[in-house]
Amino acid sequence: MFGVLIRIDAVTKRYPDGTVAVDRLSLDIPDRAITVLVGPSGCGKTTTLRMINRMVEPTEGSILLDGADIRQQPVNSLRRSMGYVIQNAGLFQHRTILDNIATVPRLLGWSKPKARGRAAELMERVGLDTSLAKRYPYQLSGGQQQRVGVARALAADPPVLLMDEPFSAVDPVVRKGLQDELLRIQDELGKTIVFVTHDIDEAIKLGTMVAVLRTGGRLAQFAPPAELLSEPADTFVEDFLGADRGIRRLSFFPSDELPLQTGPLVRLDADAAQRTARSDAPYLLVTDADGRPLGWAEPDRPLDRERLLDHGRPFRPGADSLRTALDGAVLSPTGWAVAVDGDGRAVGVVSQQVIGEAIRAAHGRAGAGVKAAR
Amino acid sequence: MNGFFDLPSDLQHSYLGLVGLHLREALLPVLAGLLVALPIAQLCARFRWIYPPVLGLTTVLYSIPSLAFFVVLIDYFGQSETTVMIPLAVYSLVVLVPGIVDGVRSVPRETLAAAEAMGFGPLRRYLQVQLPIAAPAIIAGLRVAVVSSLSLVSVGMLIGNQGALGNMLYDANTYHRPALAVNSVLTTAVLGILADALLVLLRRLLTPWMPRKGATR
Repeated sequence: MFGVLIRIDAVTKRYPDGTVAVDRLSLDIPDRAITVLVGPSGCGKTTTLRMINRMVEPTEGSILLDGADIRQQPVNSLRRSMGYVIQNAGLFQHRTILDNIATVPRLLGWSKPKARGRAAELMERVGLDTSLAKRYPYQLSGGQQQRVGVARALAADPPVLLMDEPFSAVDPVVRKGLQDELLRIQDELGKTIVFVTHDIDEAIKLGTMVAVLRTGGRLAQFAPPAELLSEPADTFVEDFLGADRGIRRLSFFPSDELPLQTGPLVRLDADAAQRTARSDAPYLLVTDADGRPLGWAEPDRPLDRERLLDHGRPFRPGADSLRTALDGAVLSPTGWAVAVDGDGRAVGVVSQQVIGEAIRAAHGRAGAGVKAAR
Repeated sequence: MNGFFDLPSDLQHSYLGLVGLHLREALLPVLAGLLVALPIAQLCARFRWIYPPVLGLTTVLYSIPSLAFFVVLIDYFGQSETTVMIPLAVYSLVVLVPGIVDGVRSVPRETLAAAEAMGFGPLRRYLQVQLPIAAPAIIAGLRVAVVSSLSLVSVGMLIGNQGALGNMLYDANTYHRPALAVNSVLTTAVLGILADALLVLLRRLLTPWMPRKGATR
């Protein structure tokens, strides 16, 4: 599917005091994809990242970029070909937002107007209002600063992006926004991204490939996130993934094959005859005249908009995963999840039991798929 | 003849001439001190272990009275401005070195890591990242050094009218004209306040990126 851009070959980093930060690590980092290095503190993930742009030199082993040893080119030109994003952004507090973003183009010898023009372009790409261009970093929120950090890393259009826990210092809502933004930018630009985090959820959300490292700098497992969740290599990986690994794995199963029932859908203005016609269902999903769900009602009682049971959060077949569908069913007092289309109109309902059968079927297929791939 | 700004002829300068002389004798040493302090401070920031001994040395030098310096220096430079200015330059180190070291150390680690990762060489990183961010701390050191230097110049009167405005103190005594002493002290104070204000203004101009009181996000 992907070529290999960065090959980390049996790399060890041993410090003079004898500490081993990275221990004979080999990784093939795929081209134009996000590779996440994840693990507890002290697992050598940041050291590994810093060896890729030679901020740390390996004690043994070598790192190849596009087939050539990274030590073959001057260190500063290597670094200028790799965008770098860190926690708290590491912006230059004495430079305007525009000049922060223009840093690497300027280092590469671009003229000031050209570099600033490019910087303004990037502000838009990462979702920053260009009215912020003349501001200084202290005038921006943490989330905005982090966007500037991403824009600065992208400024010279480097093929590689190194990201060292870039979203760890912002609050969860902002973090989710930044993660979605990164995935969107990656869809457009297709960079080779190496992303370090200690947050397994972030790793699973962002990674095309995820490398789980254990304390002492050894590789525990290197696999796509779905495979990590279904077949953790050992108890360390299993523990690191956490207790709800099974639920999280459902994020990788699509919901478009769920059999939806349309029988229980009724409009609020339906008469008694229409309702009893559908009375084989334990509950009716009441919708407004446009078909948007309002709530659940029992079939043998008159419809009263004030007395409907909450329908929980609906899911969109195709766009959402089985996890969202199951979540909707669990949250609904009736145990049924509501499926809606892109405009929010109800297209059917599905019970927990049916979702459960779909999960078992999906597991069966995924298990066969993983075995076939080997 | 006996006006406030009429000076005895042995001073060999008009009032404004003395002011100019005073500024030169006070500010040149600070400038020289800054040029010496910058590399010393860079070494201290880089190799942490040399900072305490360097700090100790500058403090010891500061504690040597200027008269003692004069005794040694007169052999080489005579009763000249140079003899007055050398101790002043040495004294300025006691505030400039720690000021610059603190300033350079105040640059966040992430900022330095980012600069390194973007391919800044050591010199470029020093000139374009560390020094600008250290500017407020350096200027804070300069303010103390300049004001103290302005007041210390006067002691040069002891080696034969080399104390600029300080020479008026000697003449006040000789000619029984206390107004000369008042003039000397007031003028020195005004110069100090003006120089300080100019440095504050300079800092504002150099650091539009600093959060200000009452600034909004």
